[in-house]
Amino acid sequence: MIEKTVKIINKAGLHTRPAATVVKLAAKYKCDFFISRDGMHINGKSIIGVMTLAAEIGSELTLTFNGVDEGKASEEIVSYFERGFDEI
Amino acid sequence: MKSFKEIYREAENKIAGLAAAPGIVIGRAHLFTKEKVEINKSEITDIDQAINNLDEAVEKSKKELNKIFSIAREKMDEKRAGIFEAQLMILDDPILFGNIKDRIKTEKIQPEYIVSDEISKYQELMIISSESYLKERALDIEDIKFRIIRNLQKKRWQSRIEKEMIVISESLTPADTLLFSRVDTLAFVTDHGGLTSHAAIISRSLNIPAVVGTHNASKMIEDGQSIIVDGFHGYIITSPSEEQIEFFKYKQERLKQLQVDLKEFKEKPAITTDGRTINLEANVDVTGEIDVVITSGAKGIGLYRSEQILDELGEYPNEEEQTNIYSKLASRMYPDFCTIRAFDIGGDKFRLFDYREPNPFLGLRGVRFLLENKSLFKTQIRAVLKASATKNIKFMIPMISTIEEIWETKKLITECKAELRKEKLEFDDKIKLGIMIEVPSAAIMTRELAAEVDFISIGTNDLIQYMMAVDRGNDLVSNLYQEFSPVNIRTIYHIVQEAKLQKVPVSLCGEMAADTLAIPLLVGLGLETLSISAATILYAKKIINSFSYELAKKLADDCVASKTEKEIQDKVVKFFEENNITRTRNII
Repeated sequence: MIEKTVKIINKAGLHTRPAATVVKLAAKYKCDFFISRDGMHINGKSIIGVMTLAAEIGSELTLTFNGVDEGKASEEIVSYFERGFDEI
Repeated sequence: MKSFKEIYREAENKIAGLAAAPGIVIGRAHLFTKEKVEINKSEITDIDQAINNLDEAVEKSKKELNKIFSIAREKMDEKRAGIFEAQLMILDDPILFGNIKDRIKTEKIQPEYIVSDEISKYQELMIISSESYLKERALDIEDIKFRIIRNLQKKRWQSRIEKEMIVISESLTPADTLLFSRVDTLAFVTDHGGLTSHAAIISRSLNIPAVVGTHNASKMIEDGQSIIVDGFHGYIITSPSEEQIEFFKYKQERLKQLQVDLKEFKEKPAITTDGRTINLEANVDVTGEIDVVITSGAKGIGLYRSEQILDELGEYPNEEEQTNIYSKLASRMYPDFCTIRAFDIGGDKFRLFDYREPNPFLGLRGVRFLLENKSLFKTQIRAVLKASATKNIKFMIPMISTIEEIWETKKLITECKAELRKEKLEFDDKIKLGIMIEVPSAAIMTRELAAEVDFISIGTNDLIQYMMAVDRGNDLVSNLYQEFSPVNIRTIYHIVQEAKLQKVPVSLCGEMAADTLAIPLLVGLGLETLSISAATILYAKKIINSFSYELAKKLADDCVASKTEKEIQDKVVKFFEENNITRTRNII
């Protein structure tokens, strides 16, 4: 299992478009993918779930990956968060 | 004739809200209450059949939404249509439907109950959030939930909605708004929602009058009741009196009559009696205004305030989204020009840093902000360049105060062009670059600054504020905000003269040009291009067609030599009288 903490750095936060992209990226991999924040635990492969996360700029999220391709999955998804969803 | 103010002060049958989309409509109310959906919680025996029904209902919902999505894309831009794309993705959510199906199998209860229960869980999470956009989102998700349930119950979409009604509702989802527009709905009235709610934005872009945020209109108004909706002032009059009907019918007539009166000017150029042509361009604040611009007889867009996109979307659009918005704009205006002004925003707007500026008007705004946030600036430059392939886009930089800012901006543009060339993307290599002159330092340096660019535009609002050191929003000093002050008139004169030395075209955009009283003076000062709100263009044309440049020039020379604002105003009013020009401001 891989666990990573990421910070939201784009000013609009995790709004609908990046939420959709995160879900699409996660769908490419077999491993489980969860996003947690303040005790909320959301399946990262569920768009409706990710949409309920109010992750504004500056908030910290924990991403966990668990499964055969967890390495690759975490690499791609963490990088997308670190790039500020390509919005900065 | 009473004024609107008097009418509303006297009216006891009024409901106040926010004016979300302009227009006056008299008609009958259609109370749109979301059908109370009865949810069947009974047990089931045939699980396979239930799962099958669910799959079918989801498929049908997808079809419906795809149809709405394609109408949306046709009527609105991609970004706004994107509201529906997220809804479509939910219908493909493997986790959501995995859970729903598991529960159907283990609990053996009607799928409609499980669907409702599962989706409601997410909605509740959104509603308890402190973020207002999440609350809006809960409403969008409600739409999805009921769509699936309705399809599970194999019910048809509500009883047929009559045509040409005023739709009154607690709230409207984007899908509702769009579908109602298909049955020639006259106007929308909602209890909830602000000016930036999806329903408000959509009704503006569809040109349907709307009043939102009335709190209780859906409880005060009865189905079939006769009402008046005033989308200019944000009021609804219920069961209007004879006097009120007469008043609003008169206003509607006035609106129509004015349109007819001015129609003769639509195709005519704005030309003085002695043959000097003035270009009248439009200022654009909201995307929905473009239809108005096209029918206004404007010669292109002189000022497209791009920061409006941020206000409307509530977020910073990426390069692709911006390219789409600008391209659409350029193609709709083609072959007329469209002047896109770079984001005129301050640092406080986007929480990019925690530092609170003590004096934001003298702080990091306009080009200063953009040059501090180069990647953001470059994204916009690239998008503008990509959209410029049609060769009818100009780019304008706000708040220039030094020549170095122009150099730095040009360097970035050159960089972006090189990148696009490498990527083999088409753009207008000769795209015209202009600056706003709205800071006194830039006004004084006009000659040097003008030599660096293709055009300049005078922004009177800020220029007057900075020149007089006055905040026009501050009642204690706002009397010093004087458009007709000799300082302002002389400064405009100076800018026009200096720019002429460099043979660089000058335009003027700002409230001042919208005040039809100022038009002869501005023309006399030598301005050949004015950018004003689309709604004022025909009036301006009418005025320009009724005086000679020669006399206007004399007026301007006279005013430049004046000492006080009062002197100048008197001269201008006298000019109107002597030339028999009727002012048609405060239209309705």
